[in-house]
Amino acid sequence: MEVKILSAKFGIENAHLLEVAKQHGAYQTLDKLFSMTPEQVIDEVKNSGLRGRGGAGFPAGVKWSFLPKGLDKPVYLTVNSDESEPATFKDRHILVKDPHMLIEGIIICCYAIGCHHAYIYIRGEYTTQVRALQRAIDEAYEAGYLGETVAGHEFQLDVTVHRGAGAYICGEETALLESIEGKKGQPRSKPPFPAVVGLYDSPTIINNVQTIASLPYIIWEGADAYKQYGTERSPGTHLFGISGHVNKPGMYELPLGLPLLEVIDTVAGGVWKGRSLKGVIPGGSSTPVLTPEEVKTVTLDYESMAAHKTMFGSGGIVVLDETVDIVELVKNLIDFYHHESCGQCTPCREGLGWMLKIVEKILAGNGSVADIDLLRELCDNIEMKTVCVLSAACTMPVRSYLNKFRHEFEAYVADTAS
Amino acid sequence: MSDRSQLISTGESFAFDAERDAEFERLVVRYPIRESMIMPALWMAQEQAGWISAEAIEYIADRIGTFPAKVLELATFYTMYQLKPVGRYHICVCRTLSCWLRGKQDIVDYLADEIGIKPGEMTEDGKFSFEEVECLGHCGTAPVVQINGEFHEEMDLKKFKALLATLT
Repeated sequence: MEVKILSAKFGIENAHLLEVAKQHGAYQTLDKLFSMTPEQVIDEVKNSGLRGRGGAGFPAGVKWSFLPKGLDKPVYLTVNSDESEPATFKDRHILVKDPHMLIEGIIICCYAIGCHHAYIYIRGEYTTQVRALQRAIDEAYEAGYLGETVAGHEFQLDVTVHRGAGAYICGEETALLESIEGKKGQPRSKPPFPAVVGLYDSPTIINNVQTIASLPYIIWEGADAYKQYGTERSPGTHLFGISGHVNKPGMYELPLGLPLLEVIDTVAGGVWKGRSLKGVIPGGSSTPVLTPEEVKTVTLDYESMAAHKTMFGSGGIVVLDETVDIVELVKNLIDFYHHESCGQCTPCREGLGWMLKIVEKILAGNGSVADIDLLRELCDNIEMKTVCVLSAACTMPVRSYLNKFRHEFEAYVADTAS
Repeated sequence: MSDRSQLISTGESFAFDAERDAEFERLVVRYPIRESMIMPALWMAQEQAGWISAEAIEYIADRIGTFPAKVLELATFYTMYQLKPVGRYHICVCRTLSCWLRGKQDIVDYLADEIGIKPGEMTEDGKFSFEEVECLGHCGTAPVVQINGEFHEEMDLKKFKALLATLT
């Protein structure tokens, strides 16, 4: 089931070094790239159907075409390498194993959108990863792939790495921009969208690492080659991270559209310890949980996930075995989002703390059915009433656990319910 | 997360060493506004001294040409900036979803029961400090522990004890 598009060089020893990467095709697209017009590059990416791999799944080429024309301001690319959504661990493989693929992708994107300075925002926890990335950037400058010209072509490009320092919210694109500007990572109200008013008040494109790293293949092999993988509306491949209660957790590159259950059983070796399945979180902790029944019919693409009232998200799949205490899991989740709330909006800052207290009360055996209902009501009252979607990233999954596993909550309040 | 309510003074002035001084100058030209250097400068101060003191905040503000309060604002918002000394070995245990599912609590309990430190605390000899942190992005090799920035994957209690024994 596995394919090797993005991960083609992951198994090659020292492929993170320029010399080795070049032997395996790194930077080979550049002559072709500069023989194309920027519009042709954007069209090729649009035709490939590549969708943003950060979680939202917005078509990358379409996003680029939102940039206003003829403004007397620089255009910026910021590459989102904040990778902080729980259960997501794909981008760091690119950063460490094939950083030159990312740099080549940055060159492609910057040429297409007319950007001469790209910033890579990388989460502060990624210490070994930032070293690998900076080393590759230094190599690329030295070899003339970055700087005054790009591989001898008249195109100036600088790439600067900006380290975060432990704030999940900076994965939200406008919080990320605030952070680079030297402010707290508090999201901006939209509109205006970053494509019009972004970094330093300039037109800005924000793309995930994996999105950008997909570009060299698309430009070299063409959109049609890319579309051979995946489904019609969810083309291409994705670096899926499978974690939790499986025999073989890890990062696997798969075409989109595969049946989830088959992937869990064959690729990830099935549920561990011979246990049965209780549920699956399909795309990072903020995506609504799927029951074993739903897991039988869902496929790994944007459309099927939406049809099952959840989201493809970041491709971070978490498998839950029969022993998982759903109420404890919900506490762990709310704890995370409450801790990571930036504090800007009251419903999120206060509401998530309130939800946490209610779950703790239920777990302590002091809850009632009314508390379960209140938890559900809070989800409805917090969601979409804030500047960004952090609070919804908490309430959407919590609502799914309340709907699908209500009996587990009720078991904790059984004594007080009568 | 460590206590972030206090800014501690060392009583001695702070300045970047030669290496970081050069790094600051290399980076500052890469941003159109100097405030963008607050986060990189906080990282450099922390790497140099191990933590960020009141004097380091003043120095960074001076160097960038902004208010100390602006620097402090970021130093308190972003949880990886340490506002008090940490141990020679700073242990971060991931507490989030996949690490929780695969047994991070054993490690947390061991640190509390056998080493005697709870999240946010440091051993009396200053050898170990410990915090529970949110998802470290190594969910496929959970549970994961980060010590002085280095990742240690697929941990269990036995491996964790053996790892601590190698730290002198």
